[in-house]
Amino acid sequence: MPVLELEDVVKEYPGSPPVRALDGVSLSIDAGELVALVGPSGSGKSTLLNVVGALDQPTSGTVRVDGRDVGVLSDAALSAVRGRSIGFVFQHFHLLDGQTALDNVATGLLYRGIPAGERRERAAAALDRVGLGHRTEHRPRALSGGERQRVAIARAIVGEPAIVLADEPTGNLDTRTGAEVLDRLQQLHDEGATIIVITHDPGIAGRLPRCVSIRDGRVTDDERRP
Amino acid sequence: MTAAVEPSRLRTRDALATSTLGLRGKRGRTLLTAVGIAIGIAAMVSVVGISASSRADLLAELDALGTNLLQVTPGQSRFGDESTLPTTAPAMVRRVGPVTAAASTTSVAATVRRTDHIPLAETGGISVVATEPDLAGVLHATLAEGRFLDDATADYPTVVLGSVAAERLGITSLGGSPQVWLGERWFTVIGILDSLPLAPDIDRSALIGYAAAAEHFGTDPSASAVWVRADDDQIASVREVLPTTANPENPDEVEVTRPSDALEAEAKADDALTALLLGLGGVALLVGGIGIANVMVISVLERRTEIGLRRALGATRRHVRAQFVVEAVVLAALGGIAGILLGTAVTAGYAANRGWSLAVPVPALAGGVAVALVVGAVAGLYPASRAARLAPAEAVRPA
Repeated sequence: MPVLELEDVVKEYPGSPPVRALDGVSLSIDAGELVALVGPSGSGKSTLLNVVGALDQPTSGTVRVDGRDVGVLSDAALSAVRGRSIGFVFQHFHLLDGQTALDNVATGLLYRGIPAGERRERAAAALDRVGLGHRTEHRPRALSGGERQRVAIARAIVGEPAIVLADEPTGNLDTRTGAEVLDRLQQLHDEGATIIVITHDPGIAGRLPRCVSIRDGRVTDDERRP
Repeated sequence: MTAAVEPSRLRTRDALATSTLGLRGKRGRTLLTAVGIAIGIAAMVSVVGISASSRADLLAELDALGTNLLQVTPGQSRFGDESTLPTTAPAMVRRVGPVTAAASTTSVAATVRRTDHIPLAETGGISVVATEPDLAGVLHATLAEGRFLDDATADYPTVVLGSVAAERLGITSLGGSPQVWLGERWFTVIGILDSLPLAPDIDRSALIGYAAAAEHFGTDPSASAVWVRADDDQIASVREVLPTTANPENPDEVEVTRPSDALEAEAKADDALTALLLGLGGVALLVGGIGIANVMVISVLERRTEIGLRRALGATRRHVRAQFVVEAVVLAALGGIAGILLGTAVTAGYAANRGWSLAVPVPALAGGVAVALVVGAVAGLYPASRAARLAPAEAVRPA
């Protein structure tokens, strides 16, 4: 069953002439897949991330996240889709410096109206899953880059979203810690999570079971490995 | 298959905690920003507090002095000449039912000086006044030193000095039996009065007996003022009959005044100044509010990625707006509370300095907090709506 479906998605930015960042993208991703969206800068993959992540709406075409057409939703409903169906992992981690690792992860559940005690319990469990059960009370500044990204991954998965959307998750890390982060994503995938990794790096894309290539706003290749 | 998505929810407690996160993270900035509001509120609270304390003090003083004292003076004739009261006036006034006591004073054409070596012109603004021993009782006068004139001493060259007169003559105690050069001879000072807020003229007088005045200066016994105490609740009717009683032939010329009216007027006169100072406090508050708005605008710019992150985690525009408005309100509330403490301290210090009792009206304090909260909310509105308008896609990807 697909958790993400794109049908002939077009995204244009106003200007003269208008910039067509996505030019008819169709794509379907099933639950439990680990997919790389790969393309050079300017290929439209950032726009694709925004549309897939419900951060932005398409100009035309249909985007269904977890069965919901995000093109017709209000801002409040889009926020809810982001909060409940998608877990984001950013290149720059975006952790809150003033809070501990545990509180940062618990923030992933803040906008669901879950009481603080339960948020912290679930956050502790999510930190365990990424192998940081012993670093819960550390602040982001006291953690290494790889650890910070793992905290961010824990925050993305703490709410059990339909899709984990990782935007250049290794872009700010050296090769070795980058590989560790990929291993964590692989492990979560093995446990059943649906993960989409957006990257410009074909080396990373090549390690994942499915690789969708983007160029000039179109899907040029969709390759599955056994 | 498409169920309505369950909306994002933020618990009130979590919203408050989230809003104070930014303030806790930058304590120095929080403190400095709150100072503006604190100064404005402190100014307003101390203005209201000081004027309330001063008024309370004045009214308490008025209460102690009594508002039942009247002063009868001869006034002027129709042709603008100084009028005179008949010599029977004091006795007639005393005969009015509700009058409890009355005493007359008469100006004496003489000067008083410390010694005969001091030039005649240097009177120090002190007048010589003849009076009856009853005057002390009528004015509720108390003595700082010595005693008042009595039937015995009124016949002799003895003098009682008003508080200001004593100070100007440089006589602070009766040690060594001080004498003053009064007219053309020495008078012995037998008493010094405490200050009389209801009769400042007496403060600046040297009081001698009628007998001594007549003997040494040939003073005419016609009163230049009759001081009257009457029953509190009859004061208006007494006031009405006094002119005819004191001067049956020319009642129109007689002037009756109530010295406490002047003090009451003083209590009210503060209002204009209070309003002006309150206005200045308001300006300080306005500047404080603009300061908050400024700092919040900067804070929103700095926290673009935090805002984007929160939007990605499910925060709606309303959540983001509320976060920053509440942050501004909390900031202003901190300033408001500090300002109230500061303003109360200033009032207490000022009141203690003046020997007043402290009176800070609770409505002013509550009003101060309310004003601070409103200022905070208004100041936070613009930066908060800027934060809410940020497109999440742009905010999560720092350029």
